[in-house]
Amino acid sequence: MTSSPQRRIDVAGLVIAVILLVLAGVVWWDMSKLQILSPYDLGPKVMPIIVSGGLTLLAIGNAIGALRGDLPARESLDWKPIILILGGLACLIALIAFGGGFMIGTALLFAATSTAFGRRAFVTDFVIGAVIAVFVYLLFAKLLTLSLPAGPLERLF
Amino acid sequence: MEAFTSLAGGLAVAIQPANLLFALIGVLLGTAVGVLPGIGPALTVALLLPITFKLDPAGSIIMFAGIYYGGMYGGSTTAILINTPGESASMATALEGNLMAKAGRGGPALATSAIGSFVAGTIATLGLTLLAPYLVEIAVSFGPEDYFALMVVAFVTVSATFGDSPVRGLTSLFIGLLLGLVGIDILSGQSRLSFGVPELYDNIEVTTLAVGLFAVGEALYVASRRHVHEEKLEAVRGSLWMTKEDWKRSWKPWLRGTMFGFPIGALPAGGAEIPTFLSYATERRLTKHPEDFGRGAIEGVAGPEAANNASAAGTLVPLLTLGLPTSATAAMLLAGFQQYGLNPGPLLFADQPNLVWGLIASLFIANGMLLVLNLPLVGLWVRLLMIPQPWLYAGILVFATMGTIAANPSPVELVMLTVFGILGFLMRRFDFPIAPVVVGLILGPIAESQLRRALSISLGDPMTLLQSPISATLLAIALLALVLPFFLKGLGRFKAVED
Repeated sequence: MTSSPQRRIDVAGLVIAVILLVLAGVVWWDMSKLQILSPYDLGPKVMPIIVSGGLTLLAIGNAIGALRGDLPARESLDWKPIILILGGLACLIALIAFGGGFMIGTALLFAATSTAFGRRAFVTDFVIGAVIAVFVYLLFAKLLTLSLPAGPLERLF
Repeated sequence: MEAFTSLAGGLAVAIQPANLLFALIGVLLGTAVGVLPGIGPALTVALLLPITFKLDPAGSIIMFAGIYYGGMYGGSTTAILINTPGESASMATALEGNLMAKAGRGGPALATSAIGSFVAGTIATLGLTLLAPYLVEIAVSFGPEDYFALMVVAFVTVSATFGDSPVRGLTSLFIGLLLGLVGIDILSGQSRLSFGVPELYDNIEVTTLAVGLFAVGEALYVASRRHVHEEKLEAVRGSLWMTKEDWKRSWKPWLRGTMFGFPIGALPAGGAEIPTFLSYATERRLTKHPEDFGRGAIEGVAGPEAANNASAAGTLVPLLTLGLPTSATAAMLLAGFQQYGLNPGPLLFADQPNLVWGLIASLFIANGMLLVLNLPLVGLWVRLLMIPQPWLYAGILVFATMGTIAANPSPVELVMLTVFGILGFLMRRFDFPIAPVVVGLILGPIAESQLRRALSISLGDPMTLLQSPISATLLAIALLALVLPFFLKGLGRFKAVED
């Protein structure tokens, strides 16, 4: 990776540094609530102290890199497919959380992802996704006897 | 030779019909999933982990050996036929391999990579067989402080020494270490970083993290830049077989690649990237056909591919003898062991010799199966490559979410998967390496328990880490490995040979 010739301050890089600093703070705060059982050593606090300290140093390191514009160049970004995929995942999570079972959610996720990758056949893909969901359900639940969250559709099998 | 007696015992386990069947299923599944573009060996293992939940430990781990080697083979097929290496270790193979495929010599490129992988895998697994008993003997004398120091070495080499940027690599590692803190601390019974969420009390699942980072993250990343990059599949034209000339040009690179791959993989140094690029650079310098490089030289496929496979077998040395995973794939294998409450290390060799040696024997068998199956089945694998990209990634996400929810039936687990997916996307976008996060999550808690054991023996005196000569030496090596890249800015720049 060669750094870009014009050295500009990288705002995204600074945001990363701030996030790391916040994480370091959260780990430290969480550590301060732990109780030490043995009077001799720090027990459960040792590792959080190391992690928090390390994250603080790395926040500084990342900030220096951002100020010097050392981050690799990034390509332009298309947000629409990202929102589609995350939306599909959100629907799946909501359907499972509210007892809708996973089959409808899985079919939705399949159709949303394939739309995100440029296909324009939502209904067809929804049906394909549903078929795959049934297949996966039979494989996991019946053959491997793993439990999958069931909704009204799954109880038909 | 004691090692061969043990291996013979393992072979008796591995050739039981049921275990042969598991190895075969593993090899086929591993190749089929590994051949899919964007899926490297680590994700292959992570996606297939739920399938092995209900098997007995021996069968499941033998199946894993097959998946591991199968995923490696599959990955190189993708690298050659589409120029999208599923992981950095296949990058060197993709350079010349894809050019060969473009020039209509895809068949010989696949053949030299398959046979080279077999040769390298067999020699390296033999190396594992011979080396493991010695390392186990040394490891038995290690105290907790020595183990901790060894893990520090692994942390540093995996994240800082060989990457593009030590700061970004260490950042990835510490995110992994942070995730490793989440959950109830076994020794004191207190919860850390759980914020009252019950699902967080039993620690973060390595599979959820790996599938989120690799599968969901990759899908988001590829989708977001589809308008910039288009993948093109090269058809396999002409003969599959290598000519006499091809053989003559391949066998030395195979052996040299193995010599690079195995030692670097066996040291807790992590990453098959360095040996593959070393091998590529060496073959380029030694070749009698320098005019072919840049237009599809068979040496440039044979060497790196052998190095890649030898290093994959090499990483099993620290994994099995010391319980030290030095790559994302090794971390997934360790997770596979842990799901049965098995902890790789010297004790496992003493307690469960049949299991460990059965696994090692299965590696030989899986390697042979791949050689026999892969070339005749190459047409089938190519057809898998032709799955349209929208359906491919949609299918990957469906399988990823189903596997996650089957392992832990709770919507919270899917929320975590999604969050890790976003993390994986951002890390790809800002060029942070992914493997250190996975290694940090799985190795962090192990390192912590060793450190705390050492500290409680020394009544809290951290100087105990420097008083043991082994530990002091290892920590000095770790410090050197940490500082070196800042001075030698060119060390991680083997990628420059690409240009």
